[in-house]
Amino acid sequence: MKEDPSKNLMSVTRRSLLAGIAAIPLLSITGMPLLAADYPTATVNTTGLAVTDDTVKVGILHSVTGTMAISETGSVQAEKLAIEQINAMGGVLGRKIEFIQEDGASDWPTFAEKAKKLLVQDKAAAVFGCWTSASRKAVLPVFEQYNGMLYYPTFYEGLEESPNVIYTGQEATQQILAGIDWVVKEKGAKSFYLLGSDYIWPRTSNKIARKHIEKLGLEVVGEEYYPLGHTQFNSVINKIKLKKPDVIYAIVVGGSNVAFYKQLKAAGIDLAKEKPLLLTISVTEDEILGIGGENMAGAYAMMKYFQSLDNDNNKAFVEAFKKMWGDDIVIGDVTQAAYLGPWLWKAAVEKAGSFDIDKIKAASPGIELTTAPEGYVKIHENHHLWSKARVGHAQLDGQYKVVYETSELMEPDPFPEGYQ
Amino acid sequence: MIGDYTFGEFTSILAMQGFAGLSLFSVFVLMALGLAIIFGQMGVINMAHGEFMILGAYVTYLCSHLVTTYVPVLFPVYFFAAMVLAFCASFSLGVLVEWALIRHLYRRPLDTLLATWGLSLILQQVYRSVFGAREVGVTLPDWMMGSVALTDMIEIPINGLFVMGLTILIAFGVYLMMARSTFGKQVRAVLQNRVMAGAVGINTKRVDRLTFGLGCGIAGIAGAAFTMIGSTGPTAGQLYIVDTFLVVVFGGAGSLIGTIASAFTISQAQSTMEFFMSGSMAKVLTLLTVVGILMLRPQGLFTLNIRR
Amino acid sequence: MTSDTQLFKPREWVALAILAAIILIVIPIGVDTFRLNLVGKYLTYAFVAIGLVLCWGLGGILSLGQGIFFGLGGYCMAMFLKLEASTPEATKIQSTPGIPDFMDWNQITELPFWWQPFHSLSFTLVAIVAVPAIFAYIIGAAMFKRRVGGVYFAIITQAVAAILTILIIGQQGYTGGVNGITDLRTLLGWDIRTDDAKTVLYFVNAVLLIACLVAAQFVRVSKFGRLLVAMRDREDRVRFSGYDVANFKIFIFCLAAAFSAIGGAMFTLQVGFMSPSFVGIVPSIEMVIFCAVGGRMSLFGAVYGALLVNFAKTTFSESFPELWLFAMGGLFIAVVMAFPNGLAGVFRDHVEPALLKLAQRLPLWRAGGVPLSSSAK
Repeated sequence: MKEDPSKNLMSVTRRSLLAGIAAIPLLSITGMPLLAADYPTATVNTTGLAVTDDTVKVGILHSVTGTMAISETGSVQAEKLAIEQINAMGGVLGRKIEFIQEDGASDWPTFAEKAKKLLVQDKAAAVFGCWTSASRKAVLPVFEQYNGMLYYPTFYEGLEESPNVIYTGQEATQQILAGIDWVVKEKGAKSFYLLGSDYIWPRTSNKIARKHIEKLGLEVVGEEYYPLGHTQFNSVINKIKLKKPDVIYAIVVGGSNVAFYKQLKAAGIDLAKEKPLLLTISVTEDEILGIGGENMAGAYAMMKYFQSLDNDNNKAFVEAFKKMWGDDIVIGDVTQAAYLGPWLWKAAVEKAGSFDIDKIKAASPGIELTTAPEGYVKIHENHHLWSKARVGHAQLDGQYKVVYETSELMEPDPFPEGYQ
Repeated sequence: MIGDYTFGEFTSILAMQGFAGLSLFSVFVLMALGLAIIFGQMGVINMAHGEFMILGAYVTYLCSHLVTTYVPVLFPVYFFAAMVLAFCASFSLGVLVEWALIRHLYRRPLDTLLATWGLSLILQQVYRSVFGAREVGVTLPDWMMGSVALTDMIEIPINGLFVMGLTILIAFGVYLMMARSTFGKQVRAVLQNRVMAGAVGINTKRVDRLTFGLGCGIAGIAGAAFTMIGSTGPTAGQLYIVDTFLVVVFGGAGSLIGTIASAFTISQAQSTMEFFMSGSMAKVLTLLTVVGILMLRPQGLFTLNIRR
Repeated sequence: MTSDTQLFKPREWVALAILAAIILIVIPIGVDTFRLNLVGKYLTYAFVAIGLVLCWGLGGILSLGQGIFFGLGGYCMAMFLKLEASTPEATKIQSTPGIPDFMDWNQITELPFWWQPFHSLSFTLVAIVAVPAIFAYIIGAAMFKRRVGGVYFAIITQAVAAILTILIIGQQGYTGGVNGITDLRTLLGWDIRTDDAKTVLYFVNAVLLIACLVAAQFVRVSKFGRLLVAMRDREDRVRFSGYDVANFKIFIFCLAAAFSAIGGAMFTLQVGFMSPSFVGIVPSIEMVIFCAVGGRMSLFGAVYGALLVNFAKTTFSESFPELWLFAMGGLFIAVVMAFPNGLAGVFRDHVEPALLKLAQRLPLWRAGGVPLSSSAK
């Protein structure tokens, strides 16, 4: 199912969305909040969700303890901000959103247990959460069985398409292909060294990257995986030095990231010289906090969002985020994608005129968000987002400078033919 | 595989891999020395060892933060002060923990394991509450960041050299203290025969407390040093704990020389294997070999009579 | 001697009856299906805790790698269920239909030979117990024959757990990697995801647990059980009396492994997936704490310990996720420092005497002469 993303399909939702993120201060002028009285609970909630005449309950399910808390904190903050902003402009169908936060504790079975609790016991109308692929895989059967709605924020490996999930991050091809084309065209890269943490996302992403690189007639000179949490990268750095690739393509995650980039710099590979050039899909501004801007400067990242993105939506978003969570905070790609979750859900509810999960599922494709910090996004038939791919250049201050963005929105393609 | 390279490249590989192995070796020694003292000399299993290291790392982070804010002139040398402070912080916490927990459990080594595991959970949450769940970045002075280029191929990281130097210094210091100083003699006396040591007038409780504090303090220095090469976050300490224990057990509890020998063996084996295969498999093979050897020689590489 | 060889002393019969009543009647009536499923999950950990009472409490062998066996048992079950879920029809969008989805994602085009036997349920049921027990035998034989024990054994089991985790994650084409084996649907065509199925599985689980408990008690009161305790306290004397200490230790370690594996298999059935996060060090140590909270010497205590700690974990992390680690850490320390015999110790030292006193005040009990404790005999 191909759609023309530029076509304005949903003017109804558009109206309410215009009153959205960026326009909050203008609420009194543009916003005509929907009144709960126009939408009686009995008609908008036919399946017994936690919806009353003036509130609706949703779940936030991330790790606030354990190893993944490092990454997931930003997502929790973004989702809370979005919910607060939505409430400030009158809520969803006139109902204030109340959130129930659960801790996945970086443990996949706990995620499944908590997801079930949110759906079965709390009757959450939507759940915003999960971060790692493993946690999503663990909760997916729960959402499908109990018919819940999950908004999943992380860029991920694809190979999945569930009616019960809206994937607000990029799937692998959206994130990777344009970036590799760019580095080949603009930087004349001929050889690549693929490196990753040892689990499904880096492996699948590298597989797609390798196929694409080989299709372009270029060379992959090495491919390596290290256990999660590995902290000694001297050997692989030596190998990189020997093979002299044009590009190090790195998908290292978590604490390993810090070790990798510090040791890379210490070993005399200055990323700013771009010999070799480093391209990553796993380091957002959040991770740079731990790595240190001076160790990361000069690297390139392929994402859809960077905090430095220059548009009005993003300025308002960054300002609101800092106001709520402090001036020192940084915002990474996933944080922004998490922020989209509540807004997309709100748009779907208003389009469907109902909180019923089945109606939201049906209403979701085609929903567009003109006020997203990353620019314009739209939900595809396959429940992923159309979005632009961008390349950022890491600066000393820990921010990325956007050096490239695709002119068109990239179509999400979770089951890419020829890349599997 | 070797045929792909010229002779010059091949020697460079050897040199660089040798250095990679050596820096892994110094990391292992730094991690394990504190534990070797506590586990080997006292028979206490300190599962919170990693968290004591992270305490050192956080102290370093605080120092870098404060120095850049208030006295930027001193920034190039703050790291030395940070290491001293890291030692003091971990030492004090160690003494406190010994007083509150460990001293009640000397006869039950398996229980110290559980209690210190509980302690490690609490410390992790404390770090998370105080410093936030995100990792913190420690800024290093410029002079510690670069590398010395020997040839086109061979570049020696300065922070690697620094860690090595530090390791030698600390290992030597510990050796001197254990072998030469009065305190060291007391520690060994208590280790060999607690009752007799007490009978000849050694304050065994004080010795225990200081030994534990010392082990933790060294962990703190290790943590400070690791900010140069690794991450600083609430759960980072857990990354090290299994490796550290294996190094100590493999070396033979109670023998500091054994700890160093085993750190050398494991690090060289791992970095060599990492060069020829993927990192995950290298790690599995290294651990398997260590466990295999331990099954054949359970007392470890070097042995010493330990207190029962 | 006769009174010592009987399986349960009278008051232990009472304890067994109470436990059975709680898990078979009170809990199923008192909670909804969702909570019942949670309790079922907690009870799978009780299998591990019972195993730990045998090898740690009685035998003095602290294993920090029980997660290995829990995981192996769970994986065996998960492999069977995954094969059943991966019919060619259900997986027709894959490039190779009929193999588990994660294999397809990793470009594996053929089911590996060691997966083949898991098409058979009977093989799987044997494997659930046999694979972990054999694995435990290998570890145990290597260690105990060389008289490795105590702290060393604990650390080596921990290392084995670390190795296995890295191996499972690294070989994701064959094991599902860090995600584990997910999306399990049916057992011989019977949908295990429905509420009814969950209730049935709960009862199967509870009955199996009681059976294991009785088996463990049988071991405990046998001559072998008393030898174990003797070995724990004075290993040399037992050895000098002509017993082969190593074989006893190996046996009890294998038995504990088998119990854990049954727990793991029941976990997979009830939760619907298995992941390497159960094999690692952290869950293994947590399982030890279940046992320690219940009382490392008490089989009944182990069950209550597993229930209580997990219940606390769920409740705490629902209300105060940030405080959960403090509570858990505090629990570890408190159990070790203040209650070395856990719940069972508290019960024996404080609750039971109080109950007896109360009972003796009631004329009914005195007249009936119900033997409530061994002292009453």
